Amino acid sequence: MNVHEFQAKSLFAQFGVPVPRGKEITSPDAATTWANELNTPVFVVKAQIHAGGRGKAGGVKITKEKAAVAGLAKELIGKTLVTHQTGPKGRQVHRLLMEEGANIAKELYLSILVDRDTGWPTFIASTEGGMEIEEVAAHTPEKIIKEAIDPAVGFQGHNGRNVAFALGLQNIEPAVINPFVKMLDNLYRLFMEKNAALIEINPLIITKEKTLVALDGKVSFDDNGLFKHEDVQKMRDLNEEEPLEIEAAANNLNYVKLDGNIGCMVNGAGLAMATMDVIKLAGSEPANFLDVGGGATKETVAAGFRILLSDPNVKGIFINIFGGIVRCERIAHGVIEAAKEVKITVPLVVRLQGTNADEGRKLLAESGLKLEVADDLWEAAQKIVRLTGKAA
Amino acid sequence: MSILVNKNTRVVVQGITGKEGSFHATQCKAYGTKVVAGVTPGKAGQEVEGIPVFNTVADAVKKTECDTSLIFVPPPFCADAILEAAEAGIKLVICITEGIPVNDMVKVKRALRGRDVRLIGPNCPGVITVDEAKIGIMPGFIHKKGIVGVVSRSGTLTYEAVHQLSTLGLGETTCVGIGGDPVNGTGFVDVLPLFEKDSETQAIVMIGEIGGDAEEKAAEFIKKNVKKPVISFIAGITAPPGRRMGHAGAIISGGKGTAAEKMKSLEAAGVKVVKNPAEIGAAVKKALGR
Repeated sequence: MNVHEFQAKSLFAQFGVPVPRGKEITSPDAATTWANELNTPVFVVKAQIHAGGRGKAGGVKITKEKAAVAGLAKELIGKTLVTHQTGPKGRQVHRLLMEEGANIAKELYLSILVDRDTGWPTFIASTEGGMEIEEVAAHTPEKIIKEAIDPAVGFQGHNGRNVAFALGLQNIEPAVINPFVKMLDNLYRLFMEKNAALIEINPLIITKEKTLVALDGKVSFDDNGLFKHEDVQKMRDLNEEEPLEIEAAANNLNYVKLDGNIGCMVNGAGLAMATMDVIKLAGSEPANFLDVGGGATKETVAAGFRILLSDPNVKGIFINIFGGIVRCERIAHGVIEAAKEVKITVPLVVRLQGTNADEGRKLLAESGLKLEVADDLWEAAQKIVRLTGKAA
Repeated sequence: MSILVNKNTRVVVQGITGKEGSFHATQCKAYGTKVVAGVTPGKAGQEVEGIPVFNTVADAVKKTECDTSLIFVPPPFCADAILEAAEAGIKLVICITEGIPVNDMVKVKRALRGRDVRLIGPNCPGVITVDEAKIGIMPGFIHKKGIVGVVSRSGTLTYEAVHQLSTLGLGETTCVGIGGDPVNGTGFVDVLPLFEKDSETQAIVMIGEIGGDAEEKAAEFIKKNVKKPVISFIAGITAPPGRRMGHAGAIISGGKGTAAEKMKSLEAAGVKVVKNPAEIGAAVKKALGR
């Protein structure tokens, strides 16, 4: 789960990581009120959406005029920002973060995540603050500093010093070395205690006043750890999520919307991905990833149909079930019952394999439903592609 | 021969009185697996299908000499369950549970380091040695005793591959599900040498997916150490970047972990990579010259 910058920064503040004074703003009036309270030489107004590249898309405004903030807030709220991470449709802005400006002397990059290779939480730092870290890694890998933290003992001072000296803080600004080490300690605590998946500060700045400030902040959380943190759950912003994905999650389905026109419904994540791949191989494009999980019932299949059919791009549906513990004749019943409830307006191919597959296929064939039955994966994929016409 | 588990493996099921635990303990036993004990704290003295239940894994080990644990405990308590098994002297821990917080697994993996215990999973279908022991949730009947070792990050996609191998008459030796989580106990590089050494296994099927670099690491290992033919399918060539595809570990992030990259590394290591998941079995047959 992702959260907004203002939420990330409130967590930073809670864990002793320095951030600019700032506040979430949802109206021009609130902007004026907060500007009076902030009383700072420079005001920064930042659109809050779950996507990077806001600055380039015109989502970040800076002014020295207190009287101008209401106008900037008015301009940004309701605006649709298109960045390299939002896709062409862009994302509408509903809230802003308004904070004090800072005197930047040097920009750094800092993040922490679990290195999948070692299974240890690992800091990544670079002197190339403000740049995309993937770009830095691709072009100047020597500028990427990594420091793994032993989860058995947690963060130690030497971990912080290793990063500080590798960055050359002793040459850039020795006064920030100790605060920097403390900051990493605090970030590690935040990362572990709140079950974060990624914390990224880009840029982390050294100010002309010789202090460290997290000028930007991004935090995403491990969905599996959310049950431990009510405060984090409350930070969820449904405006930032695909409505169909919210509905799917409410029905215990795992759904990711894609751009193609063959809807697929599959049991198991790996097989669901393989089904998408085989649709492409057969000459079309998948409209989605949909894993109905191990316990596919009439209800889950019906919910799956509703979700697939509410995507206007879907021109055909491919159900691919490998029955293991889930028996195919149960799935067939589910499809038949669900088809009575949900009007299926597009071609449907059902491929059943595994436990009681023959029985399931027979039930479907005798159901009078307009569908094609298949037992082989490749045959089924070719059928649905033929029935929907190849992708343009 | 086979790897990891066989007809002598003695299994304790942690979480045996739960819905999943009791169902699958029964299924495993019916397959012929020696399921000798179950554990649910506070329920010692009960039985599940004739399997005695104990309060602790330590009690189960003492009374039944079980050496392998199969875990169905819910995610919030799973780290504890894995560590309890390790502490009690269990040598192989197979964790089926999906949804364990990553940071819990970070601590568990660190705690198991240097100890004489292997963790398989979590978020996996388990391990089966055909006709000897089924320790997991896979449907036993699709497997046929044979000559192919299977190692995979996925569940149902593995069943798909196994079905093809069985239908073509090749059959399997042992199938190992290593799970779809970003931090797991056993990787491809841990299982591959076991298959390489196993006298019955003549070919290896490796099923990967997007996310992480376990397949790239496997490619390096295969290039240097594996003489047997390896056939691989990588799921997710059509998966978009930045989106988690069901499994917690199946995500392309920062341009890393794409299926194309993994296929390239594997092909460079001499692995036969199949693009069509319906052709895994046929590719193995061809690689073995049958």
